[in-house]
Amino acid sequence: MKKIEAIIKPFKLDDVKQALGEIGIEGMTVSEVRGFGRQKGHSELYRGAEYVVEFHPKVKLELLVTDDQAEKVTRALCDAAGTGKIGDGKIFILPADDVIRIRTGERGEAALS
Amino acid sequence: MKRIRPILVVAGALLIPSLALAEDGVTAGQFTANNVWMMLCAGLVFIMHLGFATLESGLTRAKNTTNILFKNTFIVAAGVLTYALMGFNLMYPGDFSIGSVFGFAGFGIATDAAGNTPAYADGGYTYWTDFLFQAMFAATCATIVSGAVAERIKLSAFMIFAVPFVMLVYPILGSWKWGGGWLDQMGFYDFAGSTLVHSVGGWGALVGAWMLGPRLGKYVKGRLNPIPGSNMPMAAIGVFLLWLGWFGFNGGSVLSADPAATSYTLVTTCLAASAGAIAAMFTSWFAFGKPDLSMALNGILAGLVGITAGADTVGIASSVLIGAIAGTIVVGSVIFFDRIKIDDPVGAVSVHLVCGVWGTLAVGIFSTNPDHSFVTQLIGVVAYGAAALAASLAIFGTLKVTMGIRVEEGEELEGLDLAEHGAHAYDLAGPTSILETVTGNSMTRSQPATALAEERA
Repeated sequence: MKKIEAIIKPFKLDDVKQALGEIGIEGMTVSEVRGFGRQKGHSELYRGAEYVVEFHPKVKLELLVTDDQAEKVTRALCDAAGTGKIGDGKIFILPADDVIRIRTGERGEAALS
Repeated sequence: MKRIRPILVVAGALLIPSLALAEDGVTAGQFTANNVWMMLCAGLVFIMHLGFATLESGLTRAKNTTNILFKNTFIVAAGVLTYALMGFNLMYPGDFSIGSVFGFAGFGIATDAAGNTPAYADGGYTYWTDFLFQAMFAATCATIVSGAVAERIKLSAFMIFAVPFVMLVYPILGSWKWGGGWLDQMGFYDFAGSTLVHSVGGWGALVGAWMLGPRLGKYVKGRLNPIPGSNMPMAAIGVFLLWLGWFGFNGGSVLSADPAATSYTLVTTCLAASAGAIAAMFTSWFAFGKPDLSMALNGILAGLVGITAGADTVGIASSVLIGAIAGTIVVGSVIFFDRIKIDDPVGAVSVHLVCGVWGTLAVGIFSTNPDHSFVTQLIGVVAYGAAALAASLAIFGTLKVTMGIRVEEGEELEGLDLAEHGAHAYDLAGPTSILETVTGNSMTRSQPATALAEERA
């Protein structure tokens, strides 16, 4: 199994959720994070003094998928979350040892479906 | 408008409510109308404390909100009490004992039967209304300081500063004009307090901000770093409440409900506020490249402070001009004080001191009363400046060398709410609302502080 973490632009969350739903992914965890890569900060003004906000608000999605779903999910994510502009984000793919459904104790693929 | 000096009976005269008819040419109905208006104005000036509280909380950080609100609460309470104890009788001593500079009519507030009749103040109001209206002004002067010293002053030091400031400095200085003292005799004019209230408060604010030093991180790395406020809606609400309060501040300074004087004064006041807003908007837009809301709000206040000295004696066009100039000056002033590294989180010094001085001098330029002169106004500005500056330096200076006036660096960083009060203003139960359970919050523990201290030891 793989754990997929995607850092995306916040306004893209709806598109991504829909796209994932269309390929059969029904569950995910979302958190609000801040980050930057090549997208440099933007400057703000307060009473005449300028300051740079370097960390941009982003949304982080976390999903667990089976090995053969990983490529499909990654592609759907890229298509839905991309805008072509700097700051679109990144996807991290990590190996996952196991996944357990707390209510029933099911493990592995059974816990994902 | 001339005031009749209050006659006090310190030995506790009884109150006999009475309405003397047709004394001093005022009917019972007029006396009631005047008094009602003045009491309403006392309430409106009180609303300015709501305004200061919300404005200051909005322009400072959330980690210091409880502290700011506590200071604001303390000032109005201490102000009213100390004014009753001695402030009122220092400001209006009746007879001066040291030249025309100092007089004291005794401790406490009390009056005889005449105090509740038109005989008291040309039928304008009763003794008690007089006291209350003026008490609200005193508290307003002291609260100006709290914005400039915000986010780093020790609460205890501030409280100890505020008491003599409102109890002694404000009323003694105020007696020089409104109490019939030497500046009044010289022809100096301050209708509602550009000098007596705003510049005096402004001097205290300047000394406090300067002596404390800037907030951590404000002027480091050779830059002027902004420390943005936490809540712009609060700031805006605060300014509008202050504007509302000014209807009473200036409207009540007519000292009666005289239809012509009160209605005219309210118009000049609102014109100046509006002109100040527009002027500040465009000045800051030009200076910074983007329109700044907090500057527009400061502009409203600048216009209000500027018109306060002469709202009843300047023309309509003049009131607009006075407000517009104040709105322009305030932007420049905020930038200036930032450049010389005096950290003023809310712009109190620029709004109240700088525009207070402007408003006072503007009377000498624009007043329709030929008895007013620029030179006399200037003398007043300098006299009040020297006195308020000296007094503030003395009080803050003494506190600085004895108990210290600034919190520790660690306390400033974690926030005064936690350091001084042990309580947040927002997220009171801790910043984890989704982790709340039925019985409590899993991020906190219900345990006496002493147990925690033992654990740490």
